[in-house]
This record gives sequence, C-alpha cells and structure tokens, in this order.
Amino acid sequence: MDPECSRLLPAFCSVLVDPRQAVADDTCLEKLLDWFKTVTEAGSSLLLLQENPCLVDLLSHVLDLKPQDVSPRVLSFSLRLAGMFAAQEDCFEYLQQGQLLLGLFGEAGPLSWAVWSVPTVRSGWIQGLKSLAQHPGGLHFLGDSGAVDALFSLQGDSSLFVASAASQLLVHVLALSMQDKAEGSPSLKGSAWPACAQKIVAHVEASLCSTTALQITQALNVLTTTFGRCHSPWTEVLWGQLSPLVAHLLDSEPVPATHSLVDLLLSVARSPVFASADCTLWETIARMLSCLSPMQTGPLALGTLKLQHCPQALRSQAFGVLLQPLACILRATAQAPGPPGLLDETTQGCSMTVDTLLSSKSACVGLLCQTLAHLEELQPLPQHPLPWPQTLLVEAVVIILRLCDGSAAPSSSEGCRLCGTLAGCIRVQRAALGFLGTLTLGTSSWELVPQVFAILLETLKSPASSPTVLKKAFQAVLHWLLDSPTPPGCSDLGPHTPLFLRELFPVLQKHLCSPCWEVRDSALEFLTHLSMCWGGEANFREVLLASDVPKLAWQLLRDPESYVRASAVTAMGQLSSQGLQAASDSPGHPEVQQGLVGELLHILSVDSEGFPRRAVTRVFTEWLRNSHADVVQDTEWFVATVLQMVSRDLDWEVRAQGLELVQVFLAQTLGQPNPSCPYAVALPKVTPPSPLPEVLRTLCQMQIFDFAFRALFDCDRPVAQKACDLLLFLRNKSAPCSGLQEAGDSSDVASVEATLERWQVGEQGQPLGSLEPEVVLAALRSMDLEGLQSRLAESSDHVEKSPQSLLQDVLATVALLEENVADCY
Amino acid sequence: MMALPYITEHTGFTGTVYATEPTVQIGRLLMEELVNFIERVPKAQSASLWKNKDIQRLLPSPLKDAVEVSTWRRCYTMQEVNSALSKIQLVGYSQKIELFGVVQVTPLSSGYALGSSNWIIQSHYEKVSYVSGSSLLTTHPQPMDQASLKNSDVLVLTGLTQIPTANPDGMVGEFCSNLALTIRNGGNVLVPCYPSGVIYDLLECLYQYIDSAGLSSVPFYFISPVANSSLEFSQIFAEWLCHNKQSKVYLPEPPFPHAELIQTNKLKHYPSIHGDFSNDFRQPCVVFTGHPSLRFGDVVHFMELWGKSSLNTVIFTEPDFSYLEALAPYQPLAMKCIYCPIDTRLNFIQVSKLLKEVQPLHVVCPEQYTQPPPAQSHRMDLMIDCQPPPMSYRRAEVLALPFKRRYEKIEIMPELADSLVPMEIKPGISLATVSAVLHTKDNKHVLQPPPRPAQPASGKKRKRMSDDVPDCKVLKPLLSGSIPVEQFVQSLEKHGFSDIKVEDTAKGHIVLLQEAETLIQIEEDSTHIICDNDEMLRVRLRDLVLKFLQKF
Repeated sequence: MDPECSRLLPAFCSVLVDPRQAVADDTCLEKLLDWFKTVTEAGSSLLLLQENPCLVDLLSHVLDLKPQDVSPRVLSFSLRLAGMFAAQEDCFEYLQQGQLLLGLFGEAGPLSWAVWSVPTVRSGWIQGLKSLAQHPGGLHFLGDSGAVDALFSLQGDSSLFVASAASQLLVHVLALSMQDKAEGSPSLKGSAWPACAQKIVAHVEASLCSTTALQITQALNVLTTTFGRCHSPWTEVLWGQLSPLVAHLLDSEPVPATHSLVDLLLSVARSPVFASADCTLWETIARMLSCLSPMQTGPLALGTLKLQHCPQALRSQAFGVLLQPLACILRATAQAPGPPGLLDETTQGCSMTVDTLLSSKSACVGLLCQTLAHLEELQPLPQHPLPWPQTLLVEAVVIILRLCDGSAAPSSSEGCRLCGTLAGCIRVQRAALGFLGTLTLGTSSWELVPQVFAILLETLKSPASSPTVLKKAFQAVLHWLLDSPTPPGCSDLGPHTPLFLRELFPVLQKHLCSPCWEVRDSALEFLTHLSMCWGGEANFREVLLASDVPKLAWQLLRDPESYVRASAVTAMGQLSSQGLQAASDSPGHPEVQQGLVGELLHILSVDSEGFPRRAVTRVFTEWLRNSHADVVQDTEWFVATVLQMVSRDLDWEVRAQGLELVQVFLAQTLGQPNPSCPYAVALPKVTPPSPLPEVLRTLCQMQIFDFAFRALFDCDRPVAQKACDLLLFLRNKSAPCSGLQEAGDSSDVASVEATLERWQVGEQGQPLGSLEPEVVLAALRSMDLEGLQSRLAESSDHVEKSPQSLLQDVLATVALLEENVADCY
Repeated sequence: MMALPYITEHTGFTGTVYATEPTVQIGRLLMEELVNFIERVPKAQSASLWKNKDIQRLLPSPLKDAVEVSTWRRCYTMQEVNSALSKIQLVGYSQKIELFGVVQVTPLSSGYALGSSNWIIQSHYEKVSYVSGSSLLTTHPQPMDQASLKNSDVLVLTGLTQIPTANPDGMVGEFCSNLALTIRNGGNVLVPCYPSGVIYDLLECLYQYIDSAGLSSVPFYFISPVANSSLEFSQIFAEWLCHNKQSKVYLPEPPFPHAELIQTNKLKHYPSIHGDFSNDFRQPCVVFTGHPSLRFGDVVHFMELWGKSSLNTVIFTEPDFSYLEALAPYQPLAMKCIYCPIDTRLNFIQVSKLLKEVQPLHVVCPEQYTQPPPAQSHRMDLMIDCQPPPMSYRRAEVLALPFKRRYEKIEIMPELADSLVPMEIKPGISLATVSAVLHTKDNKHVLQPPPRPAQPASGKKRKRMSDDVPDCKVLKPLLSGSIPVEQFVQSLEKHGFSDIKVEDTAKGHIVLLQEAETLIQIEEDSTHIICDNDEMLRVRLRDLVLKFLQKF
C-alpha cells in the first residue's frame, strides 16, 4: 500500500466510527472498496491488516458502537470490507480469532439490530458473506453462523437488489459446497451431498411444493442461476431430483411463475451437462409449449429455437408456436395458410391464439409485436429453422401492414375484427416494418418483391404514417432495394427497381418538404444511404437527376432545424462525391453561386449549432480522402481554410474532426502513418510530391502546426490525444530529415517554447506567429510527447479517483463540518 | 345555419332562434359570400322542365338520382338573410335559457369552430344532451366542454367527421408538403375553401412553416367578398377562443398570427379578383378562395387559368364535396390535384373515449353511424360501439326517447313549509301531511298555504270566492301500520269480549263478536266495524283498533 495512504488510514477509520461525524458521500466509500479489492487481490490481506491495525480496529469499533450510533453506510462498508479481507483463508482465521466475523455476520450481529431495516446494510451483509465464502473455512462459517437460514428469508426481501443478491449467494454457496465433494464422484447421490448443499436443495424443494407463487418464483430463480453458472456433473443429479417437481407445476391451473419457469427450462437446456438428450427436459418444454398462453410461450419457443442441440420434433413445435399468430392472421384474412405441414400440428393452440388476438387491442398488439420481434431476432441466426417459410412470412407481414393502414379487406368476421383492432396501430406497423426489413436476408424468391415494394410505397405515401413509421419504412425500403433478390440474367437493380424508383422519388420529394422535421431528417438520411450504395448505377442516377430531390436537399442546408441541416450536409456531401448534386442555378439562393464548398464553409463558419458543423467537417474529411474534384483543385487552400474556421470552434468534436482532416492530408503528403493496419483500404502509395523540407515549410505556411499545438493543450482530452498522436507522427516523419539544420535560431525556439508553455496553462491568446520548419522541429523534439501521450491516455478523473485523494476528501469533508459546528457556537 | 332563411322565411316560422354571437356573425359572412357569388352571375332564365320525372330519369347520374327536385329552391337574397338573422336571440356558453318552464336549454362549447355549440336540454329530473359537430383537437376555438355532458339520460350524437380515416394532423402535413413542393417547382397552389373555419388553422400552420420551407417570398392571396371581415372578426371574438389565444389578447397581441402575415404583406386579401388584385397579382403564389364546390365564385377563374399546367396544384381541404365530382367539368386537367380533407370533428375512437367519459344512459345517433361505411364494410372500427347499443334514427324519423317523465318538481312556500311537522316513520324517512293550494302557472307548480277558514262571527253569507277553496275541516290524524290479528283478539278478550271467531278472507280477516252481533272487517288498507246502532260499542272497539296503529 502506498505509504501516504497508510498514513491517512487511521484518521479515516476513526472518522468512520465517530458517531458525530457523518460521511456524506457514499460514492467515496464505494470507490475505496474498489481500491481495497485491488489491494487484497494483489497481495496478502493478513499482511495488510497487520501493517494497518486501524482496519481491524475499525471493524471492532463498529461492533462496539451503540446500535443507534451506527451509520448504515459505515456498517455496510465495514461488512463488505471484512468479507473482502476474509476471502483469504489465513486472514479469515486471523479475524475469526477475535470473533470479529461472528460478531459482524452472526445472528447476534447487525442481523438483530434496528439498522437491519435499512436495505444498504442487508445488501452489505450479503456482499460481505459472498466475498468471504471462497474457501472451506468460509463455507463452514456460513453453515454454523445460521447465515443460510437468514438468506432463505432474504430471498423475499422488499428490496429487489437484496432479494436478488440473496438468491445469488445461495447459488454461490451451493456451488462452492459441491465443488470439492462432488468432483471425484460425479454420480454422487443427493443424499450423500454436504449438509449445506442438502439444506439449500431441501429449501428449494419445499418452495417448489409451496402454494404461493412468490416462493415458487424464488426457488425457480435459484435453480435458473445454478444451471446457468454451474456445469458440473452434480447439476445433472440435481435436475434429476427436482425435475418431477418442476413438471408437476405444469399441472396447476393457472401455471404459476411462468416467466421464471421458462427461464429455468431454457437455462437447463442451455447447460452443456444436458447436451446428451434428456427426454424429461424436452417433454417438459413440449408440454409447456402446448399449455401456456401464446404470450407466455413466445419467449420459450424463441429460446428453444436458439438452442444448439434440440430434438427436431421440439424445434418444429416451437417454430409452429412462434408462427401461430401470423398463421392466424393469414387465415382470418383468407390468405393461404402457408406450406402444408408447417402449421397443421399446432392447430390445438390456434384457437387460443385467435382468442388472444381478438380479445382486446392491447393483447392483440402485444402478441403481434412480440412475435414479430422474436422472428426478427431469429432470422439472422445460423440455427434458424429450415425450411424458413419466407413467402409465408412476407405475406403475413404485408397483410399486417395492410390491416394497420386499413387497406386490407378481409371477408371473415375475425378479419374484420382484426381490421378494427389494428387500424392505425403505430406499434404494430413499426414492428412489422422492422421485421420486413430483415426478411431480405436469404430471400431467394424475387416474385415477392413487387408486393413488398407496393406496401412500402403505400406506407410512404400515406398521410397517416407517423414520422417513426416513415423512418422504419425508409429503412425497410433500403434493405429491399439493396438486398432484394434479382431473377437470373437480370441487371443489378432487378426488373422492378427502376419502376419503383420512379414512384419513390416523388414521395421522397414530398417528405423533403414535410412540415415535420423528423420526416425531413429521415428522408435525407435515406437519400444519403441510397446514393452511397447506388450512386454509380446508371438507372439510379438517371431517375435521381430527373427529380427535384438534389435541389430540395440543397435547400435543406438552410433548414431551421439543426439536425436536418446536419443530415442535409451529409446528403449533399454524398451526392456531390458521386457527381449527383443539383445544378447550381437554383433561384433565390445567391450562395448557391459559390458552389457547395462555399455553402458548406458558410455553415461551418456561422451555424450556431454543433451538429451541422460536425457534419461539414466529416464531409470535408471524406472529400479529401476520396480526392473530391472541388478539393483537389487547391488542396492546400482548402485544408488551410477549413482549419482556420475549425481551430476556434467551440465544439470539441469539430476540432477533433479538424485534426482528422489534417491526418488525412498528412497521410496524402507524407505517407500512411500505419501501413500495416489490416483494415486500411489499400491506397496507392503516396510519394511526397516535393522534398520533406518543402513539405514542412508548406505545413508551416498552412498553420497546421499552430493548429496542432493549440489542440495539444485543448481542454477536451480526445482533442489533445489526437493532436499528440499527430505531432508524434510528424516528429517521426521528420526525423530522417537531413536537409534541415538541427535547430534554427535558438532565440526563436525559446520564444516558441515560451508561448507553448503559456498555452499549456490556458493562456492561448498569443499567436505562435510565422514559424520556420527548423524551429518547429526543434520545439517538437524538445517536447516530451510520449509522456504527454501516456498522461492523456489515463482517464480524466484518475487524479480524483486515486485512493489518496478519496481518503483526503473524506477527511476534508469532516474538517469542514467541524468548522461549521464551531461557527454555530 | 346556411338553411336558416329557408326555415324562418318560407315555413311560417314564428319562434325564436337561439345562437351564439360568432355563429351569427360568421354565419352571416358565409351566407353573404354565397349570395354574392350567386348574384354576381344572374341568370336570365332558370330551367325547370328537367324536373319532370319522365325527363329526369333520362338524365345522367347524379341528376337522375336526385330526390324531391321539385322542392329545390333558388338561393335566398340578402334581405331574407337579414330577416332570418333578426329572429335570432344571442346566447353565451353555459347560459341557461328557460323554455316555457318545461325545460332549460344550455349551449356548451363544442370545440369545433368559433361559437359552435352542443346543447343540454333538461328538466328537473331528466337531461338530454345534443352533441353536434365537436372537436377534441387543439385548434383555435374554446375546447369542448365534456364535463357538462355527464349524467345525461340520453345523448344525441350527430355531426361526426365525414372522413373518419383521415387524420387531420397527417392531412395538414400533406397540405404543407404539397404546397411547398409545388411552389419550389415554380407552380401555383389553389386552395378552394370557405372564408372561415379551417382556413384560420391553415394560415397559422403556414405562418410557422413558410420560413422553414423557404417560402417567405411567396405571396398568399385570400379572395372572398367577406375576406376582410372574416380575418378581422376572428381576432375580436377573444372570449370564444382557446386559452392560448385568449391570453394573447391581454399582452396585447392579436390572437391569430394571420395579423402578422397581413402586416408583413405575406398574406393579402381582396373582395374579388377584379380591382386591386389584378394589379398586385404575382406568380408563383398560393390562392385561398371559394367556393369549394368549384361551381361558382372566384375559384372558377383560377381553375381555368391554371388548369392547363402540370406545375400548378389544386389542394382540396374541405370535406363537404367529392373532389372528383367538383373537378368533373374541368377535365381534362393537367394541374395536379391533391385531396387532403381536414375535418376536425370527432372520429369513432374519440367518440368511444367521449362516451366512456360522459357515460350517458342511452345514445341516439343517425343510422349511418351504427354500421361501417358501405365502401369499407370490413372496418368494424368505423362505427359507434357502445353498451347499450345506440338507438338509431333515419332522416325525418320521429323518435320516442327511451325515458319517461316520472316526477315533477313542486315548490312549497316558506310559510307553508314552516307549518309542517315531519315525523320519522323509518330511520331517514319522515312524513308530514300537507294541506295546501296547488298553484300552476307556466309549468311551474307551487304549494301555497290554504286560505284561512271564513270567520263565522261575521254571520254573513259566505263569499262566492270561497266556493273555490276546499273545505278546511279540522284535520284528523292519519293512521298507519297494520293490525296483528292474534294480538287484537287477545286484546278483545282482555277487554271482556268473548265468543270471538276469526275468519280469513281474500283480503284479510273478519273478526266476529258473536255475542255482540258485531263484525270487524280488517283489510290491508281499511278496517270496518259493523255493529247494530251501538255507538258506545263501536267507539270502544275503534279505540282498541287504534291502539295498534300509529298516528301522525
């Protein structure tokens, strides 16, 4: 331990046990516990206690205090601290000698005090015990002290945190007690298990037979955690012993604690111990799938289908359950119910599903949203069921969307009821569009594409579609445009796409003029993505350029909403990169005459919001990276102009992005900083067009060093870090530069260094002035950039978080309180 | 409102019409515009031969399907309008109007337009609410008063939205988007509309939108013979506006932002396309003008002027007319047509919420609301769904509302009330006998103290007047209770009667005192003692009977 901390500890401990001095801030105590944890993990706790006897004194003082004087925070801290020390066996014994542990964790300790009613204390007690229970001695202590019984009752604690921690500790104790005993003999019967384990199992058994749902839930939660964490052979014995009780729960009407039951069965099924087929488990799951309500079976069916090993029959049943609501929708709306055989087996559950769908709006919406979300989750997984009924799913989703927008015309009475329930339901619309988007994955039947395009267009056209629905619809359109299958022998766009695009662009134009900014924003984002992927496609270019979309996007650079301006900047940047921007003769905007660069520079210099300015710097960086025509005309002027604006920006992200721009520029002029990066796009190797001294001189003229040095002392750490990396790169690149003298005029260097020192302390008013490359190099070499880099790599609160500072804080607070007390008199 | 002159001027109507002030003023403007549009283009003759049924059935639809064409009338004149309006008595929200003492009528804000009202018609024990065009949306008028509709026996529900599937917010968005899109492409926008109502909200939306959409340099023209009055009237009806707009008046600021649009020359209004308008007219522009049917008014000129160019757009916002029928005479038409009907009246979801909130015992509504629209028969959500099911009616059907008048309220004069001595016969129930004169006038009933008996001392002949007054004898106490036969018999025996025989009859019992040859007939509401001229015996027996009864 740091000697300074050791010195502060006694005072700190005495403050904690002084009833007159309350520790106001318990986050300090939490941080100190973290620190103690690292200290105890790194070395001997016993040694620590021997070197700092004040810590043991603290624990015994806490016990000696009058019950009314004990602060719950301090007590909880002490309990957790004691547990941490006792995690090491020798230290545990040392503390046991003084009966300290029994005092703290035994029945006569805080358990019986009034302060036990405070949840923090109960939580500290459990956590302390959990730390302590790491060795056989600890385990015996738990058994002897009556703590296990206390844990049983804490499972039903009013504080959810305490209840959950109690359950977890029971699992921990069970696992620990079985760890040594059962290792040698995997088939050890339950009756031969250690007493502590038997006690816990007996309690679980009793709870499973209870008539109160709460107790059953507690038992199921303990078992779920056990099977989730412990994968030793004894868990198989445990399941063999308890599975009849669990199966028996299914005989009750209604089945109690269904959520916890589902979790348990899935946890058991996931355990590698049960990789070999366990018939009873699969039978129980199959029974559950057939007897629970559709809302309850959904998560079980999904979990079953995600399992790596599972009987095929059960998988089919689970998939049938998951598809049931969609099949019911298809039947009710007189659509084909899907491939034969897929849904026939589960007709029994069908009436229950239909009942749920028709019972109330909330039940119908809840079930459909859950089903769609489950299928969306299942679709991309490698273990998703095969054959995947793509056509059925697409048709079901399309009909759901039609029910939502009121365009479906079912003839059955159930269909009409569904129509009334789902009409205008935004939640279902969103879920259906989300799922429809993912349905492009693995789609092979391109015949589905027209009906999907039709419903997406209708959704986009409908004035009733809310902004969030429109956003989802745009995303789905993007998926279907980019990933939809094309018939063999067709061009990249597929046969339906050009027609669809021609209908899509008028709708996009309308949304770009929407009075709702969210809609304008989504439309611009959609445009950006679309042109990013398809900017090179002749068909797409033709339709886009024939529309007013580029012109409208340009006009949105002046939108009153900053998010929209930012999206417009990104969209225009993208369009311009692809040569798709509007002709610059738009009336009413004199700025347009200056071209897009001028417009974006205008935004960068005058926009009052950060988002558009950030977007501009990102676009400029991309342009520079991709050698945009407007940039390559005069790259140096471009970079210098941007930096001039960025350097004074109040938004740190803009400044950081400015450094990114410089980085790209330097990579192009001096070569890649890290050519071995496996993810880097292989760019043609740049050979500096001119000798290094001249490059450096140009950099000086462009005031890149001025910018980088300023950023180095930026008050925002990411900016400083980036600047530091940049300067290191520059220093390394210029190291072999033999054309320059080792140092220029030493007085110039001294003056630069003096200015930089002032900048470092926050006085950045004075400019660096015009710099000579020699002076810059000398200044760079004299700086400890590596040291700065490692300092910046530490989190900004590393000083405040140091244990020394924490201890001082606690002491200072108390001192301040004392002063205040004195003032009162 | 628009049909009022036909009722007051052509049917012999002699009653009073009640309406709120904005209804009268705005109604006058709407009628004035209509009359102006019609009178502007006088017809030399009017065709009536087609009304002959044999000819009518040969005409194309919809003319051949029109009903009762013989009763169709010409448009009224301004004199008739003024005469009709002169019969209106102004009322304010929550004002109670007594109608012949039978019922009390109260207008309540319906939230749909300036001064629009729902009505409560109530007696002392019955309440009927009449809900006409109402809106729960936050627009310019005072919000709908729902609380006062509670505890209704019957709620008559009319005037729901004509386009239940069109959400007004979505439609306003659609309106703005299409307007901006047309203007940005260099086209003009024509909005056929009424001179009052939704136009105030549209102008407010545009006020917020035009700057953001880059439309600040585009002129908005509002052309109507009553444009000026409509824009100005809307600003002075502060007490009829929603809270936000009311509070602006105290700042003081005009409640509607169209004042600022006018001030900054962004919105210009003209009585017609002639005169100043033709000098100021600049394109591209947005024109609001009537009539929304496109059959008369200045809108006709703009349809002809702009119809040939696909750059221009006509946007229909009024739900009263089919836009396809309105456009029929102008076909073929190159200009774009957008239909975004903005109807802020209650939709079925809102009705369902309203009924849950107000909980009337019965709902009465037009037949159309009890089934889905014919074109969307599967939309079960587009009908009124309530318990008990609504009672429906058809055009011109006379309905008996499902309640009976069971009680009448009668007032008791204070001096009479003072003389009453209530007696508690059961916990919480007291009775008192009243002798009084019931005075009924204007359907109000009052109990007055009876006149004092005539002074016998005068010795004169009774006055004629007192013939009308009922005799006021000394009142005997009223009796109540029942006579337990067994106990009564025991009591008789105790008082020396013997040889008593009891017979059960259909209505009660007969107690026979054979020795005394006397018969006591005890029934539910009467007891008779029948004895042979032995008054002493009768009185003895009477007193024995009375012991079992309560007097008050």
